[in-house]
Amino acid sequence: MGIPINVKVNGKEYSQEVEPRQLLVDFLRETLRLTGTHVGCDTSGCGACTILVDGNAVKSCTLLAVQVDGAEVTTIEGLSKNGDHPLQEGFKEEHGLQCGYCTPGMIMAAADLLTNNPNPSEQEIRHALEGNICRCTGYHNIVKSIQYAADKMQGKEVSHG
Amino acid sequence: MIPSSFEYHRPASVSEALQLLQQYGEEAKIMSGGHSLLPSLKLRLSEPGHLIDISRISDLSYIREEGGVIAIGACSTHNAIGKSALVQEKIPMISQAALAIGDVQVRNRGTLGGSIAHADPAADWPASILASEAEIVVAGANGTRNIAAGDFFTGIFMTALEENEIITEIRIPIPPANTHSAYLKFPQPASRFALVGCAVMITRSNGSVERARVAFTGVSPSAFRDNAVEEAITGQAVNADSIKAAADKAAEGVDIMSDHYASQDYRKHLAKVYAKRALMAASN
Repeated sequence: MGIPINVKVNGKEYSQEVEPRQLLVDFLRETLRLTGTHVGCDTSGCGACTILVDGNAVKSCTLLAVQVDGAEVTTIEGLSKNGDHPLQEGFKEEHGLQCGYCTPGMIMAAADLLTNNPNPSEQEIRHALEGNICRCTGYHNIVKSIQYAADKMQGKEVSHG
Repeated sequence: MIPSSFEYHRPASVSEALQLLQQYGEEAKIMSGGHSLLPSLKLRLSEPGHLIDISRISDLSYIREEGGVIAIGACSTHNAIGKSALVQEKIPMISQAALAIGDVQVRNRGTLGGSIAHADPAADWPASILASEAEIVVAGANGTRNIAAGDFFTGIFMTALEENEIITEIRIPIPPANTHSAYLKFPQPASRFALVGCAVMITRSNGSVERARVAFTGVSPSAFRDNAVEEAITGQAVNADSIKAAADKAAEGVDIMSDHYASQDYRKHLAKVYAKRALMAASN
């Protein structure tokens, strides 16, 4: 039996019927075709599926689509219009990705961090990424990418690593 | 992974949730943040026919001071509790326990009521809920009752909660001003669950310990208060020697878990180490 939900995803309103057991990540990827959100472990460990619900980072493999009825969802596709959010720029400039699989989740977790803490220390960045795993072991440059974005968003001059 | 089919209910009030629980009985499961339940639904360890989502019941999400008690609505998220200025000021251990859970994404969804109802033997909350001598308020068909934390955790994934009851509130007494508290844990490196977690609350007068509360999670199938450590430190001046002597009594005579992460001996060793560190942290 389908349940009607209304959800705003990346600024656009959707009214859909969803099966109660449909995971949010499957709703995003398969129903809305927003495939930028990845599924890594599917057990809420790796953070590849991280998105924002009402501004807070969550793991979309561990939510049901019905749970976001009435909420505002932001995925990597909605972070900027042209892929030019300071975090996206930072990951490009500081070589914050290798295979790229974890990147959307890393960026969305970082977006939550920078909203709550615009000027994080290296330690705070590493702590905030506790729920995101990078299999290419690229943490060092990921941290630098987020520092780049934090500097840029505060109007500081950005240094290239 | 896809859960089995279920019917989804989103009651607007506790009484409506209780009616649904009454109606569907064993077929029903209560969901709050869903961060323990959904993983088990996905693994089909649990296949309820009816899911009752109580997370939107607005009067279950609050943190407030009520005459010497911090009252926390059962659906308050770990993050909301951990970041609460009231909690940080009055009972730092509770904030530390909240912020030690999982990672930020998990803390944004998981709830206190959901976690203690699930009663995972390695969950962070039970230790500080026991050490703070909290009361768990539950609503059922016949009204509400308060369960002392010491009576609540009865075994592995087992609590004193009856099938037709819902946790509505957790009431944590605000300790006297000369009290210090701490929660420290050794996280399992992948899951972040506590291999060993120790919550300590110490009240001092004239330099010696007047009252001590020490509780462990992760060590036994159920979280427990460690009376031997409490008694050993009570009446003592707080120093490295008295703390070490008390911590060495940790986890004696209890059923200690063993798994492929940590043997019984290693867990027992960690219990002593974390008792010492938490006592130290609560002594500053």
